[in-house]
Amino acid sequence: MTTTLSSDSVPTVATLERAAHASLFRRLLRNPTGIGSLGFLVVVVLAGAFAPLLAPHDPNKASANDILAKPGGTYLLGADGSGHDILSRLLFAIRPTIEGAALAVAVAAAIGITAGLVSGYYGKWFAGAASWVASLLMALPGIVVLLAARAVIGPSLFGTMFVFGILLSPAFYRVVHAAVAAVRQELYVDAARVAGLSDARIISRHILTVVRAPAIILAAGVAGIAIAIQAGLDFLGLGDVSRPSWGGMLTDAFTNIYTAPLQLWWPSLAIGLTCMALALLANSLRDELERSEKPKRRRRRRPAAPAAPAPAGSAAVQHEPVVPGDQPAAEPGDELLQTRALAVGYDQPDGSVTMVVHDVSLTVRRGEVHGLIGESGSGKTQTAFAIMRLLPAGGRIVAGNINVEGDDLATLSEKAMTRLRGAKIAYIPQEPMSNLDPAFTIGSQLTEPMRIVLGLSKAQAKQRALELLERVGIPDPQRTYDAYPHQVSGGMAQRVLIAGAVSCKPDLLIADEPTTALDVTVQAEVLDLLRDLQAEFGMGLLLVTHNFGVVADLCDRVSVMSAGRIVETGPVRSLFADPRHPYTKSLFAAILEDAEPRGPLVTTEAGR
Amino acid sequence: MLRFVLRRVASGVVLVAVLSTVTFFLLYFSSGNIARRILGQQATEATVQQKQHELGLDRPLPAQFGDWLSHALRGDLGDSWFTGQKVVEAITSRLSVTLTLVIGATLITAVVGVVLGIIAATRGGAVDRGVQVLSVLGFAIPGFLVALGLVSLFAINTHVFKPTGYVAFGDSPTEWLSSITLPVVALAIASIAGVAAQIRGSVIDALRQDYVRTLRSRGLSETRVVYKHVLRNAAGPALSVLAVQFVGLLGGAVIVEQIFAIPGLGQVILGATSQGDVPLVMGLVIATAVIVVVLNLAVDLLQGWLNPKVRVGS
Repeated sequence: MTTTLSSDSVPTVATLERAAHASLFRRLLRNPTGIGSLGFLVVVVLAGAFAPLLAPHDPNKASANDILAKPGGTYLLGADGSGHDILSRLLFAIRPTIEGAALAVAVAAAIGITAGLVSGYYGKWFAGAASWVASLLMALPGIVVLLAARAVIGPSLFGTMFVFGILLSPAFYRVVHAAVAAVRQELYVDAARVAGLSDARIISRHILTVVRAPAIILAAGVAGIAIAIQAGLDFLGLGDVSRPSWGGMLTDAFTNIYTAPLQLWWPSLAIGLTCMALALLANSLRDELERSEKPKRRRRRRPAAPAAPAPAGSAAVQHEPVVPGDQPAAEPGDELLQTRALAVGYDQPDGSVTMVVHDVSLTVRRGEVHGLIGESGSGKTQTAFAIMRLLPAGGRIVAGNINVEGDDLATLSEKAMTRLRGAKIAYIPQEPMSNLDPAFTIGSQLTEPMRIVLGLSKAQAKQRALELLERVGIPDPQRTYDAYPHQVSGGMAQRVLIAGAVSCKPDLLIADEPTTALDVTVQAEVLDLLRDLQAEFGMGLLLVTHNFGVVADLCDRVSVMSAGRIVETGPVRSLFADPRHPYTKSLFAAILEDAEPRGPLVTTEAGR
Repeated sequence: MLRFVLRRVASGVVLVAVLSTVTFFLLYFSSGNIARRILGQQATEATVQQKQHELGLDRPLPAQFGDWLSHALRGDLGDSWFTGQKVVEAITSRLSVTLTLVIGATLITAVVGVVLGIIAATRGGAVDRGVQVLSVLGFAIPGFLVALGLVSLFAINTHVFKPTGYVAFGDSPTEWLSSITLPVVALAIASIAGVAAQIRGSVIDALRQDYVRTLRSRGLSETRVVYKHVLRNAAGPALSVLAVQFVGLLGGAVIVEQIFAIPGLGQVILGATSQGDVPLVMGLVIATAVIVVVLNLAVDLLQGWLNPKVRVGS
C-alpha cells in the first residue's frame, strides 16, 4: 500500500471502505427483505434456465380445443386465447426477459461507468460535454425514444434493450462521476499519485472499489426498469410476437378480460413480483450500505454531543450545587424562571438514555441578567433549549420542573407551550445567518409572529417591525425589511434576530451565545444593544456564554456549568472576587494566565 | 432575470436543434424502401420510383435535411407519408388529450406526494416506514399493471368508471371526468411514490435547520412552521423531481392511452413508429422535446421564485 506518505486518516478511510464492501453481501443475506427478494430472483432465473425441462407443454403449440381452458388438469394455470399453455409460456418468457434486461444493464453500466470514471477523474471539458449529453439523453421520455428507435431498428428485443441501455447510462454516469469526483480529493488518492502509481492502477485499485456498491444498487434498479419497459413494449404489440413474452401474454389476457378475468393475474404477477424483487433488493442493499456507514458517522459525531457523564476531574468533589453568596434581597414571587432538578437526556436506538444535563436548578428574576457560563459541551445550550422545550429530535426533559409564572413548562401541553413562546419567552440564537429562513424576506419573518402572538394587523405589524429595526440600530430599516437574509451581513442578521426576539414583548429572553459568531467590533455593539433593550423592556435575560468578559460586562448573577451540572451560582461581583468551586477557579486560572484572546474586558473587570 | 430566461431559451433551442438533426439522419438514413411499403407489393418499380421522387427521397440526405429544416423553421413539419395529413395538425389535434392526462396526473402527484412526504417526515415511526415501503413498491410496479388493475377493479367488476374511451369536456363534463379518472390515477401512482420519497427527505433535512427552532421560539404553531416555512424550503428539490416525473408521465401516457383507448398522442406515436411514418415520428420527437424544454424553463422560473438566492443571483 501507499499509505506511508500521508496522515493517519489514510489507512482508516481505505480499510473501512473495503471492509464495508466485503461484508455488504454477507449482511444482505441477514436482511429479511434482502434475502427474500434475492431468493425470489434466483428462483426466477433458475426457472428460466430450466424452462425446457420444467414446462409441461410446448409454449408455441396452440390447441384450438383448449382456447381459454380453465386452470387445472393438463393446464395448471389454464390456456390462453389461442390455446397455449399459460404456465409454459410464462416459463419460456423468462429467459429473453432476463437476457434483455441484462443487456440493458450491461450497456448502461459500460457506457455510464466508463464516462463517469473518465470525467470524474480527469474532469475538464470531458465532464462538461458528458453531463450535457447525459441531460440530453434524460430529457426525453424513454418510451418515445424507444418507439422512434423502433422505426429504425425494427421489432428486435435486443436492439431495443441496447438502445434502452444507452438511454439509462446517464444514471450510472451521474453516480460514478459524483463518487469519483469526491474520492479524487481524498488524501489517499493523492498519496497514491505522489507514490507514482499509474492512473489506471489508482482507478482500478482505489476508485473502482468506491464505485462498486452504488453501481450494484443502480444495476438492480435499472434491471427492474428494463423489465418493466420491455413488458410494456410487448404489451403494446411492439415486441417480437413470434416468441412468448410476459407483456404479450398480458395483451392476450386483456383482450379476454371479460371472459377469463383470472388470466390477467399470471403475467401481471410475473412482471410485478420480478420488478418488486429487484427494487426491494436495491433498497435493502442501500439500507445495508448506509448502515455500514453509520457507525463511522456516529463515532465522529458522538464526542461533539455534550454527553460526558463523568465530570472532568475536579467536579468529582461534589460541592453544594448552589452557593448562596450575598443575594440581593429577593422577595418571594420575584422569580421569573425557576428550574428545579432539571435533567435532559437523549434516547438512544438501544433504549438507553444519554444524559446531557443533570439536576440543574436555576433562578432568573424579573429584570435580572443571569449568565450561564461553561465550556462547550457543558450542557448550557441544552438547558436553554429545554426551558423553551425546543430540544433537538430525540432529546427530552427526563426529570425536574421548569416554573414560569405558575406553569410547569416541563409538563405543559404543546399547545399552551406554543402560546407561551414568543409572548413570554423569546430566544436569540448563536449563529445569525442560519437562523433566518432563507426563503422569506426579513420583513415577513418579523411580522408573522407579531400578527399571530400580538394579533396585530398587517400594517400595524409592519409599522412595529420598522420601528424595531430602527431601534436595534439598522441604518435603513425599510431596505432591510424588504431584503432576504442572504442579502444582509452577519451583524445585521443578529440585530434582526434580536428585534424578532423582543418583538412580542417577552418577559424572559434567552440568548444563546449571541455574539460568538460575530466580528469582535460588532460583538461589543450587540452586547450594548442587549443591555439597553433588557433595561428598556424590563426583561429577565438568561445569557448563555463561554466568555467571562461578557458575563462581567452584562450580568447581575451568574451560574457556572460543568459536565451537565451547575457547580456554582452567585452575584457576578462576589463570584469573580472569590470563586469557590475548583472548576470555576480553574476557568479563571485558564483565562488569566493566557489573557490574549478576549483580554481587555476580562482583565479590567476581574482585576477590579 | 431577462438574461437568465434568454439563456435558458437559447439552450432549449440548441437541444431541440441537436435532437432533430440526430433524429432526422437516423430516421431518413434507414427509411430505405419506404415507397414500396406505402404503395404495397403490387406497385410497379416505376411507380415506386415515382413515389420516391415525390417524397424527395432520391436526393442526397443533406439536401433533404436542408429542405426539411427550411420548412420546419417556418412551422411546417411536412405531411404524413401514409395519410397525407399535415404533421403539425396530426399532433396538435391529439395533444390536448394527452396533456390533460399528464397535467392531471402531475397535479394529483404534487398534492398527494407532498402530503404523504410530510406525514412520513413529521410522524416518523410506523407511518414513515409504511410510506417508504409504499413508495418503493409504487415506484417498482410498472404503471401499466396499475392501469390494468384499475380497469378490472373499477370498470369491469364494479362499473364505477367508464372502462375505456374518451369523452370531450365540451360534450359532457361529468362523463369527461369519468373517462379520465382511471387513466390519471394509473399514471399518478408511480410518480406519487417518487415525489413522496423526495419530499420526505427534504422535509427531514429542512426540519433540522436552525431557523426552524427559531421560528418555533417565536410562537409559530407546528402546522405553520411545517406547511409554510419547511415546505417552502423543501419545495425546490421536490419540484425538480416533479419535472422529471412529468417527462416520465408523457411516456407512460403512451401505454395508458392504449389500455383505456384514449385518442391521444400515444396512439399517433404507436401508429407512426410501427408504419415507419418518418415525418410524423420526427414531428412527435420535436413536439416532445419542445414540451420538455418549455417545462424545464417553467421549472427554472419557479425555482427562482422559491429560492430567493437563485433569483437575485441571476
